[in-house]
Amino acid sequence: MAEDAGFDCERAAEMVEELRSGFRTGRTAEYEWRVAQLKGLVKMIDEREDEIVSALHKDLNKPHLESFLQEISLVRASCLLALKELKRWMKPEKVPAPVAAFPASAYIVSEPLGVVLVISAWNYPFLLSLEPVIGAIAAGNAVVLKPSEIAPAMSSLFANILPKYVDNSSIRVVEGGVAETTAILEQKWDKILYTGNSKVGRIVMTAAAKHLTPVVLELGGKSPVVVDSSSDLQVTAKRIAVGKWGCNNGQACIAPDYIITTKSHAPLLIDAVKIALEKFYGKDPKESKDLSRIVNSNHFKRLIRLLDEDKVSDKVVYGGQRDEKRLFIAPTILLDTPLDSLVMKEEIFGPLLPIITVDKIEESFNIINSGTKPLAAYIFTKDKKLEEKFIKNISAGGLLVNDTTLQVASPHLPFGGVGESGMGAYHGKFSFDTFSHKKGVLSRSLGSEAPARYPPYTPQKLKLLRGLLNGSILAIISVLIGWPRLE
Amino acid sequence: MESVGLDLLVEELRDTFESGKTRDFSWRKAQLKSLLKLLEEKEEDIFMALYKDLGKHHCEVFRDEVGVLIKSVNYALDNLKTWMAAKKVYVPLAAIPSSAEMVPEPLGVVLLFSSWNFPIGLSLEPIIGAISAGNAVVLKPSEIAPASSEFLAKNIPLYLDNKAVKVIQGGKRVGEQLLELKWDKIFFTGSNRVARTIMSAAAKHLTPVALELGGKCPAIIDSLSGSRDRKVAIDRVVGGKWGPCCGQACIGIDYLLVEEKFAPVVIELLKATIKRFYTKREYISKIVNMQHFQRLSNLLKDPAVAESIVCGGSIDSETLFIEPTILVNPPLDSDIMTEEIFGPLLPIITLKKIDDCIRFLRGRPKPLAIYAFTNNEKFRKRLIEETSSGCIAFNDAVIQYACDTIAFGGVGQSGFGQYHGKFSFELFSHSKPVLRRSFLTEFSFRYPPWNERKLKFMRLLYRFDYFGLVLLILGLKR
Repeated sequence: MAEDAGFDCERAAEMVEELRSGFRTGRTAEYEWRVAQLKGLVKMIDEREDEIVSALHKDLNKPHLESFLQEISLVRASCLLALKELKRWMKPEKVPAPVAAFPASAYIVSEPLGVVLVISAWNYPFLLSLEPVIGAIAAGNAVVLKPSEIAPAMSSLFANILPKYVDNSSIRVVEGGVAETTAILEQKWDKILYTGNSKVGRIVMTAAAKHLTPVVLELGGKSPVVVDSSSDLQVTAKRIAVGKWGCNNGQACIAPDYIITTKSHAPLLIDAVKIALEKFYGKDPKESKDLSRIVNSNHFKRLIRLLDEDKVSDKVVYGGQRDEKRLFIAPTILLDTPLDSLVMKEEIFGPLLPIITVDKIEESFNIINSGTKPLAAYIFTKDKKLEEKFIKNISAGGLLVNDTTLQVASPHLPFGGVGESGMGAYHGKFSFDTFSHKKGVLSRSLGSEAPARYPPYTPQKLKLLRGLLNGSILAIISVLIGWPRLE
Repeated sequence: MESVGLDLLVEELRDTFESGKTRDFSWRKAQLKSLLKLLEEKEEDIFMALYKDLGKHHCEVFRDEVGVLIKSVNYALDNLKTWMAAKKVYVPLAAIPSSAEMVPEPLGVVLLFSSWNFPIGLSLEPIIGAISAGNAVVLKPSEIAPASSEFLAKNIPLYLDNKAVKVIQGGKRVGEQLLELKWDKIFFTGSNRVARTIMSAAAKHLTPVALELGGKCPAIIDSLSGSRDRKVAIDRVVGGKWGPCCGQACIGIDYLLVEEKFAPVVIELLKATIKRFYTKREYISKIVNMQHFQRLSNLLKDPAVAESIVCGGSIDSETLFIEPTILVNPPLDSDIMTEEIFGPLLPIITLKKIDDCIRFLRGRPKPLAIYAFTNNEKFRKRLIEETSSGCIAFNDAVIQYACDTIAFGGVGQSGFGQYHGKFSFELFSHSKPVLRRSFLTEFSFRYPPWNERKLKFMRLLYRFDYFGLVLLILGLKR
């Protein structure tokens, strides 16, 4: 049973209290419980795939293959990985005995945080809801999921089917908009993972501060693509095109936002991208079934504003067509839009691709570094030196050389931002870690003693302490024999 | 200091960071070595500052602050190269041209707030981490320990790179001005109340924070047999309560949980040990200031609390001295049992059975540490699994602070973010994943136009395993 509208602070507090009592029984910490929930999610995907694809199509006009590849199969794979690795993740990790506490033994134990909140976004509403939930469950927490109301079909699908496959006493879905989200944020959570924009990210962190709740914020930014003339033209163009328009039509936090290339290389690149686009979407992209639409008229109007700004409207070299009724904007390439134009200052999150040209490719680094740190940065080059410089000088959530967007698919790399693009990371084991508390366990025996620690203080004791804290052999021996002896 | 002045100061640090100087291994190593020099050459000055601020004996200062710092700097110097190196990451792709690694990079310009009870230790320990990770740093020491703050303001510029590490002294107003600026990370040690203000301010700039707070750290004492075990245990309990800054320590023992049958033994041993240790007044620190002195005295004013005193209780406002005081079963709803004591008062709560401590702790805010003196393996296991705290230590107290291999930090109300050892380095770094692909392998299934045939094919392959599918898309499987 999901919470319905009319969900206010009181209802939210009750819900959290219920979940907390449930958590205290220790049920969610049990290995068997975690496994059962993850298996439930896999079953849900296997049995309800059609409904999931249909909801994504309703909300975003997302092509079947994109839904399958970029959302459903990623989530299923994450569940399977967690099921396979969970025992290993849950095992305490022995660490070297700390010298200053000799003799001692130490290890680190992962324990669940308690009751956590996942707030997801509208552009990958299935993936960005369940991927964090998988981590929360694997780590043994109770969890509340608040899907985005801007993808209402998916939100309502979660509310309907999730309770049928997982333990509803510890895993809940809350639907709603600003009012419901505010009510939820007033409560005390043990961790919050939010995916969305930086404005709301600030609101989430401010609310969390009242309860000293740690947060993971997965935000966005302008993910730049540096293209050097040494790169393979055809492959580069295709990989940029599929990363841009093949990912929810540019409405993805790690989609290539804009390109920087040299003045001489730009015409070649533009032609190659045009060829790729025609291959992908045909001569009339409006008729292609393989493009997601713009999510709603707010975002449509926002994108048109970027496109029609005075100093930008004459920079269109491909595309530019739009149809408000169908929430359609054609894949559009712009050349040398001024760096202070809106399209170059805001995260585009749509099918517009500005290409900025420079004389020497190294100048691209300054352009990128003059903005805030993005979630991802890409470079296409065969020049090893340039690649090294890029890696050294560009700070972003993650870097990818000679491709786009794939970092999301690797469960062995942490996915998260830095600076304005966010804080914290998840995916794979990092999800488990982010929803766990890593508790240090130190064990000493009562057998040996270092009286030098205690008063009455003497110069000899100080000498011994010096040695002990520096791990000197003599000091350690004296600890073992308990010298100086107590009177 | 004017906030305009602060602006310029931080801009200077940002310029220094942008220049790339702080990223060099040689720069970081030189700073750490200098820090070692500072600790060795200025040891006497540190002893004097801490005596002035807190009446600490120099052995305590060495044991809890200077000695630990020397160990930490050496540990960082030994491991810096390893920490800074990019680490290869396993990528589950059968063949070639794809590789991944994690590249640690500094965050930029970080702000450290330290606390008054271990004013040198809690200032320099995070600085070690921030510098090792290659950041520029502003340290704002606590004004409640003015001699230590002055020491840091005077000596850090003499030993560390003044263009990259700055000490800014001042009180609440200066703290607020600093919080208005944009930082790449804020590290705070102190109280929950101030922590909320700091995190709210940080939220405006989306600055990540680490909060090292406190709580009521209990010490659970099981019925130990054998006089040697009991002696060592109680020595450690006394050392863990009154040793660090006279109880004014976030990981100091706050109260005891003991079985009622065993309590008399514990009380007698405590009294004897206190007498044995504190033969001179100088072996115990004083209360830091009148405000805290009055706060602590007020805890004892509650008549039901005063009644429960079995040892000590005398106070001297002129020397800010409060005698080591033991109480037995003060009311659980009294301030002394609901607030963090942070002083030399030790309540003992008795339980029918020692196992009841688990129920006692459940539902109470998670402390920075839980201590348990017991040799019972089953009991230990239950404690690890059924309680939560920043860390848990068996048969000793406070000593986890000196350990580099287990992370130091809280959970829940005791804070978040962990440091010490390599965790300090990681706390002040961004671990950047870098994935490399080659141009050579391509696969058409990845690209539109998508059709039923492509979907069917992928679904077939997908039934075997997802990573096979990824291989397919990356063109490494036919």
